[in-house]
Amino acid sequence: MIRNFALAALVAAGLGATAASAETIKLGNVAELSGSGATVGKAWTDAITMGVEEINAAGGVLGNQLELSSYDSQTDAQTSRALVQKAIDDGAFLILGTVYSGSTIVNMLVTQQQGIPQIVGSEAPAITQKGNPFIFRSSFGAHKSMPKIADYLKNGLGVSKVAVSWVNNEFGKGGHDAFVKEVTDRGIEVVADVSSEVAQADFAADVAKLKGSGAEAIFVYLHEEESARILRELNKQGVDVPIVGETTLLNQKVVELAGEAANGIMGHVGLTVDAPNPEIQEFGKRFSEKYGYKADHNAMKGYVAIYAAKTAIERAGELDRQKVADTLHSMTVKVSEVPNILLDVSWDETGEVSRESFLVEIQDGKSVVKDTLPAN
Amino acid sequence: MALWRNLALVAGLVVLVLAPFTQATYGTYVLCSWLIFAIAAMGLNLTLGYAGQISLAQASFMGIGAYTTALMTMAGIHWIFSVFAGMGLCFVVGLVLGYPALRVQHHFLAFITLAFATLAFLVMRNEDWLTGGVYGLVGIPRPDFGPISTMSQRSYYYFTLVVFLFAFAGFRWIVRSPWGRAFKALRENPIRANSLGVDTRLITLLAFAIGAAYGGLSGSLMAPLVQYIDPMSFTLIISLKILLMVVVGGSGYLFGPLLGAGLVIMLPEFLRFAESYYLMIYAGLVVILMVYCPTGLIGLIDKTAAAFKAKRVARGDLGQGAQL
Amino acid sequence: MSEFMQVLISGLATGSIYALAAIGFTLLWQASQTINFAQGEFVMLQAFFVLIGMHVLGLALLPAIALALVVSVVLLGMVFKRVIIQPMLPHGVLPIVMATIGLAILMREMVKEFYSAEAQPFPSMFSESTFNVLGATVSYQDVGNLIVSAIAIVALQLFLGRTRTGRCMQATAQNPAVAEILGVNIQRMVLYTFMINAALATIASVLISPIYLAKFSIGEPIGLVAFLAAIVGGFNQVRGALAGGLLIGVIDNMSAAYLSSEYRIAGPMILLIVIILLRPQGLLGTSEGRTV
Repeated sequence: MIRNFALAALVAAGLGATAASAETIKLGNVAELSGSGATVGKAWTDAITMGVEEINAAGGVLGNQLELSSYDSQTDAQTSRALVQKAIDDGAFLILGTVYSGSTIVNMLVTQQQGIPQIVGSEAPAITQKGNPFIFRSSFGAHKSMPKIADYLKNGLGVSKVAVSWVNNEFGKGGHDAFVKEVTDRGIEVVADVSSEVAQADFAADVAKLKGSGAEAIFVYLHEEESARILRELNKQGVDVPIVGETTLLNQKVVELAGEAANGIMGHVGLTVDAPNPEIQEFGKRFSEKYGYKADHNAMKGYVAIYAAKTAIERAGELDRQKVADTLHSMTVKVSEVPNILLDVSWDETGEVSRESFLVEIQDGKSVVKDTLPAN
Repeated sequence: MALWRNLALVAGLVVLVLAPFTQATYGTYVLCSWLIFAIAAMGLNLTLGYAGQISLAQASFMGIGAYTTALMTMAGIHWIFSVFAGMGLCFVVGLVLGYPALRVQHHFLAFITLAFATLAFLVMRNEDWLTGGVYGLVGIPRPDFGPISTMSQRSYYYFTLVVFLFAFAGFRWIVRSPWGRAFKALRENPIRANSLGVDTRLITLLAFAIGAAYGGLSGSLMAPLVQYIDPMSFTLIISLKILLMVVVGGSGYLFGPLLGAGLVIMLPEFLRFAESYYLMIYAGLVVILMVYCPTGLIGLIDKTAAAFKAKRVARGDLGQGAQL
Repeated sequence: MSEFMQVLISGLATGSIYALAAIGFTLLWQASQTINFAQGEFVMLQAFFVLIGMHVLGLALLPAIALALVVSVVLLGMVFKRVIIQPMLPHGVLPIVMATIGLAILMREMVKEFYSAEAQPFPSMFSESTFNVLGATVSYQDVGNLIVSAIAIVALQLFLGRTRTGRCMQATAQNPAVAEILGVNIQRMVLYTFMINAALATIASVLISPIYLAKFSIGEPIGLVAFLAAIVGGFNQVRGALAGGLLIGVIDNMSAAYLSSEYRIAGPMILLIVIILLRPQGLLGTSEGRTV
């Protein structure tokens, strides 16, 4: 067995050596292609694949073609760590992914130690708060989006008491902590604080608690399916206070699964293909033509990530990882320069992004953009 | 026969020592996790293969070892002390869990450990002040031994290998000592063992507690390898994965868990061509193996070998018959 | 008060469905000492049989359910027993546990790969409109679920207690050797048990999927809860599994509402440990004579 493995490893090493070539820039995409995050990772990867094909068709980056390799993290943090290492061993110039915060927090240590720029789709605030000079986001961290929601609760809805339902993992905890901080700063009281498990199916007790709390609005920060389940239960128990959420709650999938129960919910969305911008609508059309399903915010994250990588390498002017990372810090890209970046965007020195975002309401099963919120 | 076996052992050792030179950092990392999981599986093999008890909490014991090591080494205490603390803690927890479970019937240890696995996960996730909660603990140092640092992937591999060899030797000693023979007696026939004066309950309890301590040891190696631990690495699913390693390899065989761990860790590499069908193929193979050879891969090898031997004997008889 | 009632009633409604899955568990255990780790996936898979019937074959809900029931009884009852469980029976519990874990992964992956990785909405047989009981909102769906579960369980009890085949099955469960001497065809009785288990899984699936949504990964939590319910209630009694299912449903909801939502599953787990310490045969179980 051991000898077999060693043999196989030798063969693998040999293959790795011959595949290396000077004409291409290798990109390693480590994403959730199987396991509980499979849909998320698939949208992210599909969008990146589409971006790479477009870029190569248009002549590549600095005259080099891009070569994308995707690795399946199985939605497992330790596997993702090993695979980021594998991608680097395979010669990746830059790493894309992962999307799940729990994986990113682990695998970003590897790129940091070896000085490889990494663009991720994760939203936990902690990721850009650890002083890692090689990590970049392609969407907001929760600490960027929560102030916008807290402002909306206070000024738009005039709420003084709010209840929170959140999923107890890196994603949910990060969002929850940021949300509670922002609303308390604005003098809004959190009257019920209900955590739930990933893949929880029964939300009856959660909703009973939220309902009995006397909250004037309910903030929901869960993954897609759990969001749909809680919306149905809120509807069933006749909760009539406004239900507010962040990007995931307003996802098309949630609306589809929750049916009528989704009508009337509103919230803040960092990226949506329903946005009135022509570049975004154009992207949405290309994506659904190619893959046969509607792009969601995870696809848009992936698409922005690949174009951010392209732009940063071009602006750095050479294939130097340190220089690309330096360029990405405090880089601003305008849609007028790079249409496929979708929205004007800038990165700060921690790798956090800043761009405009949207206030969305679900009406008759469709998401309707009510307002565009400025970048913060 | 013994000569051949020793030669094979030496050859295996040589391969283990040379293996990292054929590998990039990633490959060495995978080899490390194989050895680490093999230690956990070895421990479970003692519980399962020798004492005949199903434990569904081996990953939780890994978690106890990993968190103990992480907290102690991050507080500046040397790794070596943290290992003994972690293993000791696992041993005690094993005794506490095992005692009431083994008081009653056959499968209750499985149920108790199932509940324990869930509770341990909840504590790791919810008690942020101690464990860092969902974010886990980051920046666990790799130990230094005098002038030798284990910071590079290759040196950490050799460090893991040395610990692994100690663990393996210890395991071999346990199952071959008179005391280990009691385990064997227990496995073959609990009722007979009992009537021969073996205190089956005590032996079973000890097997479980020692198995738990092995889980703790593997956790203590895991934490500095990944340099990050979080509760998701120690869930029930990981316990089932370790169980799978033991049973697929062959429970009750010395080398079974090694083979099983290697297969579970490395099969994704070999089945990469199958892409998303990988898990399906893997699960299908497990079902088929269990249906046709419930003793696992080592059992399968034994069976095949036995089949060959039987044939030779049959031919010998034939030859004799012709002479007569 | 109204919150308490709400939590209690919701707990009973989901608990009754857990009971269906748990009863299957206990039946298999009694008949053949099989611990089926794929029980949750059995429930999950049925929902997709129904969805295939509706969306691929264009059937209405009820015919699709009938089709799923037949497919399930054949595939997850007869084939499962003959092809997978039977060869392993002489080798004890462990290979069966591992094989069913493998089977669970196989089912999950197949649904994910060949149907969809995403959750699917699932039509309900009952109206989702609601009414009030002592301040708690109850849907006709909840009531329907309770009634259907109750009918299934009563029918099963009557079958086991009042028919010849049912009594033979019980005899087989209690003492296969004696039953065989008395002329009972043991293998056939065990086969019936597997078929009943598959049918119960279909019913549980049809009841639970409108609330939980149909998804490849949903089997895992269902299987775990069913397992807990079976142990708590008593691994060798049908009514034990019923009590266990209801109790786990209520305790799960109660601990979420009044203990701590972060430690929610600790409630049922602690109950499990207490039961094992104080009453290892389960709430309504009788202690088993066999020790090995």
